[in-house]
Amino acid sequence: MAGKRILLVEDEPNIVESLRFILEQAGFEVDVISDGNAALASVIADRPDAVVLDIMLPGMNGFDVLRAVRGDTKLASLPVIVLTAKGQPNDRKMAETIGATAFITKPFSNAEVIECVRSHAGS
Amino acid sequence: MSLPVNLVVLVCLVYVAILFGVAFAGDWRARKNPGGWLSSPLVYTLSISIYCTSWTFFGAVGSAARGGLEFATIYLGPTIVFVGWWVFLRKLVTVGRVHNTTSIADLISARFGKDPTLGALITVMALVATAPYIALQLKALTDSFEVITLSAGTVSTANFEIRPNYVSGFWLAAGLCVFSIMFGVRNIDINERHHGVIAAIAVEAVVKLAALLTVGIWVVFGLAEIPSQVFDHAPVSLTNPQDAFGLRWVTLVFLAGAAVICLPRQFQVTVVENSGERHLRTASWLFPLYLFLISLFVIPIAVAGLDLLPVGSNPDLFVLTLPLARDHNTVAMFAFLGGFSSATSMVIVSSIALSTMISNHIVMPLALRFSLVPVASPQTVRSFILGVRRISILFILALGFLYFRLSGSSDALATIGLISFCGVAQFLPSLVSGLYWRRATHGGAIAGLAAGFLIWGYSLFLPSFEGSFILPAHIIEHGPFGIEWLKPQALLGLTGYDPLVHAMFWSMLANISLLVGVSMFSVPTPLARFQATLFVDVFRRRIEDEQRVIRRSARVGDLKRAAERILGNEEAMRLFQSANVRPNTLTASDALISLVEQRLAANIGAASARSLISSVVTSETISVEELRQLAGEAERIRAYSAELERKTRQIERGAQELARANDRLREIDAQKDEFLSQVSHEVRTPMTSIRSFSDILLKNPDLDGTQKARFLRIIQDESLRLTRLLDGILDLNQMENGTDDWVATSFDPEATLDQAVESCEAFAQGSGVKIKRSGNAKKIEVRGNSDKLAQVFINLIANSIKFNDNPNPVVTISSLSRNGAYEVRVADNGPGIPESDRERVFDKFARGSIDRTVGSGLGLAISRQIVTKFEGTMLVTTSKAGGAEFIVRLPVHRRKAA
Repeated sequence: MAGKRILLVEDEPNIVESLRFILEQAGFEVDVISDGNAALASVIADRPDAVVLDIMLPGMNGFDVLRAVRGDTKLASLPVIVLTAKGQPNDRKMAETIGATAFITKPFSNAEVIECVRSHAGS
Repeated sequence: MSLPVNLVVLVCLVYVAILFGVAFAGDWRARKNPGGWLSSPLVYTLSISIYCTSWTFFGAVGSAARGGLEFATIYLGPTIVFVGWWVFLRKLVTVGRVHNTTSIADLISARFGKDPTLGALITVMALVATAPYIALQLKALTDSFEVITLSAGTVSTANFEIRPNYVSGFWLAAGLCVFSIMFGVRNIDINERHHGVIAAIAVEAVVKLAALLTVGIWVVFGLAEIPSQVFDHAPVSLTNPQDAFGLRWVTLVFLAGAAVICLPRQFQVTVVENSGERHLRTASWLFPLYLFLISLFVIPIAVAGLDLLPVGSNPDLFVLTLPLARDHNTVAMFAFLGGFSSATSMVIVSSIALSTMISNHIVMPLALRFSLVPVASPQTVRSFILGVRRISILFILALGFLYFRLSGSSDALATIGLISFCGVAQFLPSLVSGLYWRRATHGGAIAGLAAGFLIWGYSLFLPSFEGSFILPAHIIEHGPFGIEWLKPQALLGLTGYDPLVHAMFWSMLANISLLVGVSMFSVPTPLARFQATLFVDVFRRRIEDEQRVIRRSARVGDLKRAAERILGNEEAMRLFQSANVRPNTLTASDALISLVEQRLAANIGAASARSLISSVVTSETISVEELRQLAGEAERIRAYSAELERKTRQIERGAQELARANDRLREIDAQKDEFLSQVSHEVRTPMTSIRSFSDILLKNPDLDGTQKARFLRIIQDESLRLTRLLDGILDLNQMENGTDDWVATSFDPEATLDQAVESCEAFAQGSGVKIKRSGNAKKIEVRGNSDKLAQVFINLIANSIKFNDNPNPVVTISSLSRNGAYEVRVADNGPGIPESDRERVFDKFARGSIDRTVGSGLGLAISRQIVTKFEGTMLVTTSKAGGAEFIVRLPVHRRKAA
C-alpha cells in the first residue's frame, strides 16, 4: 500500500491536520502545501500520485492551479480531487469544466475522502 | 460728373417696361402652371424683402453716418421676429390662410366679430401711418434723381444741400400712381394672389441687393488700395457700441420687429400672399440672411463717404454721391436703379394693400349700408370695386405727396420712417391678443387702437410737421394753453427722453392697458366669441365648425344674386356648382351660406361679406349652447392635455425613482448573496474540522491520550470560532439595522482607551508583545457609546498583537485632540498592509487580514460601523516602523469644564 504520494493543498491548519491524519492512516504518503503557486511548482517537480486541492487559497486560487495543471499535457491524467467550502452548484460545474477528477464539499465525511483518493490514486 | 436727365429717365422707363414684362409673364405662367417657381419659397422670401425700402437703401448709410450702429436695429428687429417669433408667425399665417384674410384690417376685424368699425379704424390708422412712409420714398427718389442729374461741381461743393424739388416729386408720385394702378388693380379676388406683381417685386429685390452689394464692394475693394484702410479712417463715434442697448436702441428693435408684421404691405406679402407653411419655414432663415447681406456694406460706405466727400454732404445719398464723385457712372446708375427698385416696390405693394383696405373696409360698408352698390349687372359691381381701388391708390399717393410737401422734408430719411413704424406698431397688441387671448374683446381692441393712435398722432406724427400742420409750433414748444404737462413731446412731465421713445412708451402703455382693461369689463358678442375660438384654436378648429354654431336661412336665389354681384356670373356659377346645389332647391343650407360668405370674404373682407350675406339672410341664430360647448371643448382639451402631461411627468418621475430603488435593491440583494456565500464558507470551515476530528475520535478509540486531547482541543477551538462568528454576524446585523442597544452618552474617550489598553495587557504579555502608550488628550468628551468604542480599541490592539511577526514586537498607542477631533493611532512594527488592500481590510471576511482561527473575519467591519455611528472616520496607513497603523478620528462633542 505504501508509496502512493498525495499532495494536500490546503491553508486551514486544522483541516490539514485532520486530512493528514486520515490519509496517513489509510497508508498514503502526504505532502502539505498551503499556497497555490507553491502547489503548482510542487506538482510539476514532484509528480504526486494524486492532489487534494482546496479552492480558497492565498496566492493562486485552486481553480487556477487546476487549470494550469490540466494545461500541461504530461499532467492531463493526474487525479485532482477538489475540496471546497463553497458548496454552490456553480463551483461544482466550474470544477468539472476545467477537469477536476472529483469534487468534495466541506464539511466532508472522512470515509468519503479516503474512498475517493483510493479509487483515483490507486492503492 | 453727372448723367443726362434724358438718359436717366430712359433707363428708368426701360427698367419699368422690363418689370411689366416680368409681371405679365408671371401672371401668364401662374395661370398655366400654378405650382411653378413663382410660388417657390425663394420668391416668397424675396417679396418679404420689400421691407427694405429706399429708406434702407439710402437711409441706412445716412443713419450709420449720423448715429453709428443704430441703423442695425432696423435689421435686428425683423431678424428676431423671423427667427425667434417663428411660432407666432406660423399661427398668424395659418389664420390668414384659413380665413382668406385680405389685409391686417380684415384679420383684426374678423377676429373681433367681423366688425366694420374696427376695420375702418385700422384702415384710417394705416393710411395716416403710411403717408410719411410713402413721402419718404418720394423724397428718396427725388433726391436721388436730383443728385444723379446735377453737375459734378455741385455735388462736391461743401455747402451743397438739396432743396426738395416738389415738381419732380409730384411727377414721380403721379408716375408711381399709374404704375401701381396698372400693376396692382387688375382683378379683385385677393384669393387668386398677385403672382405677377410678386414676380416683379422679387426681381426688384434682387436688383436692390445686387446694387447695394456692388457699391459696397466697389467702396471696399475699388476705392481704397487695401480694404482695411476704409476702417482706419472711421470716426470713433461710428462704431461706438456705447449707445447700443440703450432705451432708444431697444425701442427701435421693438418697432422694427412690430413693423415687419404690422405694416400693411408686409402683412400683404407675408400673410395674404402666403401659400403654405413651407414658404414661411424657408423665409425664417433666408429673410434674415437677406437683411444681413443688405446691411453688410453700410458701415464701409458710410465711412468712405465721411472720409472722401466734402463736409456737409448729405449722408443719405452717399450710395450715389460716392460713385459720382469718382466718375463711376455705371456704378452710380446701378445704385440709382437699386434705390428706384426699393421705392417702387414699396409703393406698389403698399398701395395694393391700402387700396384693398380702403375699398373693403371704408367704401364697401358704406356702399352696402346706403345701397350705393349698383345692382344693374354684376359686371358693374366689379368695375365699381376696381374703380374704388384705383381711386384709393390715387388718394394714397396724394396723401404721401401731401406729407412730403407739408413736412418740409428737411428730416433725415430714417426719422420719417420711424414715425410710420411707431404708427403701425399700434396694431400689434390687438393682433397678438387676437391670436392668443380668448378674452380680448372688440371694445378692448377699439379702445386700445384708438388711444394708441391718438397719442401717436399727438406726440409724434403732428410734431413732425414742425408747426406747419394742425399743431402750431408754440403748442409743440409749450403745450396747449401753456399747459406744460400736455406738451406733445413731454406728456405728463415725462421729459428728457428721445421723442420716439417717449411716443412709443405712452402710446403702447395706453394701447395695451386699455385693450386689457376694457376687455376684462366687456362682454363679447356671440359671433365674436365664436371667432375668438376659431382664431385662438386655429390649429384645432376647422372653419366648418361655423355650421354648428351659426344657424341661418336664406333663399338660394338671393344668395346667388349676392354672390354674382361681387364675383361675377361665371365665378358665382362655379361656386354654386362646386357646392352641389340642385337647381330646384329653394332654401340654402348652413353649409352653403358659410361657403358663399367665405368666398365673398376673400374678395371684400370678412366684415363686408358678413353684412352682404346678412342682407339676404332671413333668419339667423347663433347657438350660444353650441358656442359654449365649442369653447368648453377647447378648454377641456387643453386642460386634459395639460393634466395628461402632468400625469405623464409624474409617472416618468415615479418610474425613474422605481428604477433607482430597483437598482439599489438589486445591489443590496447581490451584497446579501455575497454575504451569505461568505458566511456559508466561514461556517463550513470550522464545521469541517469539527466533523472530521470527531469522526477520527469515534473511529479510533485507541488513540493515545495527548493526541486525543489535542484533537478535542481543536474541536473546542473551532466551536468557539463558530460562536464568535455567529456573535459577530448578529452584532453587525444589529449595527446595520440600527436595532442594537446603542445608548449615547457624552464620555471621556481617553478613559475608554485606557481601559481597552489595560484589558489587552495580559494578552500582549502572553504573546510577548510590548505595548507603548504615548500622548494623551485631556478634557474632552465625545458623544456615543463607551462600550462600543472600547470594543473598537480592543479589536485594533488585539489585531496588532496577533499579526505582529516582528522579533521585537511593539504596539504603540497614541492619542491627541486637534481641530475639534479626537484622534487615536494604533501602530505596530508587523508586516503592514499593502496599499491595495487598505480599503478592503474593512470589508466583511476580508482575506489576508484575519487569522480565522482566532478572529471572526468581522472585527474591522464592525469597528468601522461603530466609528461611523460616532460620525467619525477610520483608516489604515503605514506606521513609522513599517507596520500597520490604524487611525480613528471622532468629532469632539464638547470640551470638559476645567
